[in-house]
Amino acid sequence: MLTILFDGVAYGMLLFVLACGLSVTLGLMNLINLAHGAFAMAGGYATVVLVNNFGVPFFLSLPLAFLVAAVIGLVMERAVYVHVYRKPHLEQVLLTIGLVFMAVAGTDYIMGSTQVFAQTPEVLQGQFQFFGVGIGRYRLLIIVVCGVLAIGLQAILTKTRFGSRLRAAVDDQRVARGLGINVNAIFALTFAFGSGLAGLGGALGTEILGLDPTFPLKYMIYFLIVVTVGGTSSITGPFLASLLLGIGDVAGKYYVPKLGAFVIYTIMIVVLIWRPNGLFSRASTK
Amino acid sequence: MSSATSSILRRASDSLSARVRWHPLEIIFWIVAFAMIWLMPTRHLIMTEIAWLGLFALSLDLIVGYAGIISLGHAAFFGVGAYVAALLAKHELINEPVLALLVAGLAAMAVGFVTSFLVLRGTDLTRLMVSLGVALMLRELANQFGWLTGGADGLQGVVMQPILGLFRFDMFGHNGFVYCLVVLFVLFLVARRLANSPFGLSLVAIKNNPLRAAAIGIPVDQRLIVIYSIAAFYAGIAGALLAQTTSFASLDVFSFDRSADLLLVLIIGGTGYLYGGLIGAILFKLMQDYLSVLTPQYWPFWIGALLVAMVLIGRDRITAWNAPLRHLAAKLDWRATRRAAAAAAAAEDR
Repeated sequence: MLTILFDGVAYGMLLFVLACGLSVTLGLMNLINLAHGAFAMAGGYATVVLVNNFGVPFFLSLPLAFLVAAVIGLVMERAVYVHVYRKPHLEQVLLTIGLVFMAVAGTDYIMGSTQVFAQTPEVLQGQFQFFGVGIGRYRLLIIVVCGVLAIGLQAILTKTRFGSRLRAAVDDQRVARGLGINVNAIFALTFAFGSGLAGLGGALGTEILGLDPTFPLKYMIYFLIVVTVGGTSSITGPFLASLLLGIGDVAGKYYVPKLGAFVIYTIMIVVLIWRPNGLFSRASTK
Repeated sequence: MSSATSSILRRASDSLSARVRWHPLEIIFWIVAFAMIWLMPTRHLIMTEIAWLGLFALSLDLIVGYAGIISLGHAAFFGVGAYVAALLAKHELINEPVLALLVAGLAAMAVGFVTSFLVLRGTDLTRLMVSLGVALMLRELANQFGWLTGGADGLQGVVMQPILGLFRFDMFGHNGFVYCLVVLFVLFLVARRLANSPFGLSLVAIKNNPLRAAAIGIPVDQRLIVIYSIAAFYAGIAGALLAQTTSFASLDVFSFDRSADLLLVLIIGGTGYLYGGLIGAILFKLMQDYLSVLTPQYWPFWIGALLVAMVLIGRDRITAWNAPLRHLAAKLDWRATRRAAAAAAAAEDR
C-alpha cells in the first residue's frame, strides 16, 4: 500500500519535472506546445547515448541531458516558435503536431524504433526496506532530485528578480512590457529552461517510462493533463496535479488493472467538468 | 423605404444568394468525381479511401471551419461509426448496409451529443484536451471489451451483405467506390444546404466573435452542440464506410494519428468552404501513396515537415498565391458576370 504510494509519488514528481516547463510557457505566451515531449525525448536519448556509447557516468549525464535539451529548446524557440505566438491556436496546434511527427520519424530513422535503456550504476539498482515499505533506490533518487528541483523552482519564482519579472509577464504581458520588462528575452530563457527540465525528466524517466521514438506521442496526453488540471498560473498547481495524476495512475494500474488508463482519463474529465480552468487556478484576469 | 436602404438590402441578399448558387467549377468537380467510376476502374480502392476520408474531413470542417472548435479527437466518432457498422454486420443485426450506415451514424451522433457538453466548456486548450481524452477513452474501452470488439486484434470475420440487397461488395472495390461516392455526394449536398442556411451563417458569426454573436441573439451553446452532433454523425458515417468497404474494424480507428492526419487533410485543402476536406483528401492520399513507396517507414516525417512549412509560410500567404486561380474561377461563373453587367446597365439607365 505505502509502496504504491511511494511509486506514485516518484512517478508524479517525474511528470512534474517533465511538464512544468510546458505550464510556464503556456501561461506566459498562451502557446499550445504539443511538441514538449520531443524535448524530453531528446534528453532521454542524450543520456542513453552518453552512458552506453561514450561511457559517461550516469550522474554526469543528467546535467548534460538538461543542457542538450535546453540548447535545442533555445534554438527551436528562436527559429520556429517565435513565429506563432500571435497566431490562432489552430496554427500552433498544427505546427507542434508537425514537429512531433518529424521528431518521431527522425528519431526512428537515427536511433531505431526499439525501446532503449541507459545502464544505471549499481548504487541505484534494487530496493531496500524502510519500516516495512519497499523503496526502490532509483525511485528514491527521482523523488530527491525532483523534490529539490521543485523547491528550487519555487524559490526562483518567488524570491528572485527574474522570478518576479516572470510572474509579472504571466499575469499581464502588456503591462509588464510597459514597465520595461523584456518579455521576449524572459520567454526565450524560460522556454529553454523548461525544455531543459523536460530533457532532464526524460533522462531520469528512461528507466520508468521507457524510451522509444513514440515517446512524445505517448506522454503528450499526460503532460497536457498536468497542465490543464493544474492550471498555468503557478508552480504549485502543476505540482499537485502531477502528484495526483502519478498516484492515481499507479494505484489505478495496480488495483484495477482491467481498467488500464481509464482511471486518469476519468479523473481528468471529472476535474475539467468541475473546474474548466484547472483545479488550482485563480480566477482568470485576462 | 428609401432607395439607399433598398439598395443595401438588395446587395446583402445578392451576396447571400451568391454563396448558395452553384459555381460551374463545383459542377465540373462532381462530374469528374462520378466520371472516375468509368475513367479509372483499376484505382477504385484508393478512390474509395479518398471518398471516406473526404467525408471525414468534411465533418471536421463543419466544426473547425464553420464553428471554430479545434478538435484533436475527431477520430472518436469515426471509430464509433466503424465499430457499430462492423458489429451490426458481424452479428447480423442489420444486414442491409445502407440502414446499418444510418444506425452507425446515429450512434456516433449520440456520442457526439453527450460529449459536446464536455467539449464546449472552457478554452481552446481544454477543448483540445477533452476531445483528445474522449477519443483515448473510447479506444481504451474498445481495447478492454475484447469479447465484443476483438480487442487489439481488431474485429474480424465481418461479412457484408449486398447494398440494398442488389450490389455485392466486390473484390476490386467497384461497387464499394460507387457506394461511398453516392453517400459522400448526398451528405455533401446536405452539408452545403446547412452551411448556407441561416444556421450555418450564425455558426460563422459565432466563430468570428462569440460574444457579439450572443449579443445579437444567437444561442451560442445550443448552436455549437447541434453542429458538433451533426459533425459527429458525418464522422460516424465515414467510419462506417471504412468498416463496410474493408469488412474490418480495429483500434487504429480511434488513434491520435488519425485525428492529427485529419487536421492536416483539412488544412491542405483549406477550411470553411466545404470542398477543402475533399480536395485535401485527394492530395493527402496521393501524397501518402507516393511517399510511402519512397520511404515506407518514415513518411510521417514529411507529413510533419509539410505541416510546419504550411504554418511558417502562413496560410494567408498560401491563399494569396491562389488569387489568380480564384480570379479565373470567378470569371468562369458566366451567370454572375452576366448579372453584374445587367446591374451596371441598370445603374446607367438611372
